[in-house]
Amino acid sequence: MRRSKFLYVPFWATYVFLYLPIAVLVVMSFNAGRSPYTYEGFSLKWYGELAADERVATGLVNTLIVATGSTAIATVLGTLLAVGLARYTRSKTLDALALMPAVLPDLVLAIGLLVFYGMIQLTLGLYSVTLSHALFSMAFVAAVVRTRLSNADASLEEASRDLGAGPVITFMKITLPQLAPGILAGALLAFTLSLDEFVIAFFTIGNAEPTLPIVIYSMIRFGVTPKINALAAILLLVSFTAVIAGQRMTKIGERGSRAQD
Amino acid sequence: MKSEAKARPAPRPRGRRLGAFVFLSPGLTYLVVLLLAPLALVLSYGVFQRGRFGGVVYEFTTENFTRLIDPLYLGVVAGSLKIAGLTTLIALLVGYPTAYVIAQLPPKWKTIALVAVVLPFWTNFIIRVYAWIILLSGPGLVNSGLEALGLGPYELLYNQGAIVTGLLYSYLPLMVLPLYSAIERLDPQLREASANLGASGFTTFRKITLPLTVPGVLTGCLFVFVPSFGNFVIPEILGGNKSIMVGNLIRDQFLKARDWPFGATLTLALIAVLIVLLIAQAWAARRA
Repeated sequence: MRRSKFLYVPFWATYVFLYLPIAVLVVMSFNAGRSPYTYEGFSLKWYGELAADERVATGLVNTLIVATGSTAIATVLGTLLAVGLARYTRSKTLDALALMPAVLPDLVLAIGLLVFYGMIQLTLGLYSVTLSHALFSMAFVAAVVRTRLSNADASLEEASRDLGAGPVITFMKITLPQLAPGILAGALLAFTLSLDEFVIAFFTIGNAEPTLPIVIYSMIRFGVTPKINALAAILLLVSFTAVIAGQRMTKIGERGSRAQD
Repeated sequence: MKSEAKARPAPRPRGRRLGAFVFLSPGLTYLVVLLLAPLALVLSYGVFQRGRFGGVVYEFTTENFTRLIDPLYLGVVAGSLKIAGLTTLIALLVGYPTAYVIAQLPPKWKTIALVAVVLPFWTNFIIRVYAWIILLSGPGLVNSGLEALGLGPYELLYNQGAIVTGLLYSYLPLMVLPLYSAIERLDPQLREASANLGASGFTTFRKITLPLTVPGVLTGCLFVFVPSFGNFVIPEILGGNKSIMVGNLIRDQFLKARDWPFGATLTLALIAVLIVLLIAQAWAARRA
């Protein structure tokens, strides 16, 4: 096949465009000077300042609370929903409904939830954010688990039911072990999405202590300082590690399930 | 999954009903309470009056909809359409060749190239936008580069160009992925046949590759347009005070002006635009 050389220009341009800002952020986080624009030598002082910032620490703890809680809810509900949709109904409407939170713009979800919490007079705080994050995370978990489910061997489940096991026993003994890698991948996805989520958290946190993305947002609105760069560099490292680890884990999971067959 | 459903003998009805209840009811309840009920509420708020301290007074009015047709607000909607449309167009023009090259890479490099496209997407959204403040500002890297070429400096930050850059940076991966999977699925023999019959590279692209990847193009455009159109964070961080989009307007109605009914009406307008787009996309995909 002929490969036109000129196609490589936009190809490389895309990668430069995607990684240049990240590289600048990381380099500037080690800047000895105050300016976020000119590099004046190596220093770790902004990391020190970051570590001393209590707002960032509280934000991080809040984010982890929300991510853990919402992932737990979303993983249980999403897995059950995926099994229910794949095995107990053929309704296209229900399929679409289950995907809706993942497809709708976050602003629309955020407003719906804000209005709803207002009507039932729920005091806003970390738990309202947790409930809200679980809503879209559930859709992602359900989608991931369903992909796994459509590759799983349904005849095992049939055999189990033919031998007299009810749906719950069949699920616990047959379906769940087969789905485990998919559920893990879904949970990881839910956790990552919640860690970074800003819009819905911003609308449903009320006046409570904010999550980390909201803290970052208000820091930025206050002005640029290399401290934000330091935070950015750490978060980049964490997300890159998580994504690559996730990639590896899915591969090992796939290989493991193939070995079982 | 269809064949599997056919092959499976229907389980006993009692087990089926119990199973459907056990597996479907928790998730569906959650969806009804936190998704459908809130959406219905937002839909209905548009016809009510605002409360004095936020919230809503349940008295019928059409005032919110007449306010929506005000040129001021229509202008904001048109401006948002323009910004989101421009972002989508650039993403397509850059994303298509990128996806095309990735699809031709040897398998090992293909995986690396794909992961590298998605990787920035998994980092904090606000931080990715923040990076562009540093790059685009007066003494920033882009202006330094331009000066080295004997150009500029330009006012790059706090205008529509900065918003488009930020949106493009945030959502370009969402264009590349569906395009990649559409191009990847193409049978290479089709292109070879076209070349063997004497068609030039461009003719092959125009007559074979492009028409067969239209569904991928449409999906990619939708994936970029939808989050761009309703965005309020990027216009706020990179757009300065002058430029606002529908998202900013909605946010202000709910969190600043405390006019929930009008905010709900604007949200309705946003949803309406998106539904029209979805229908157009489905229609175009069927024709392709």
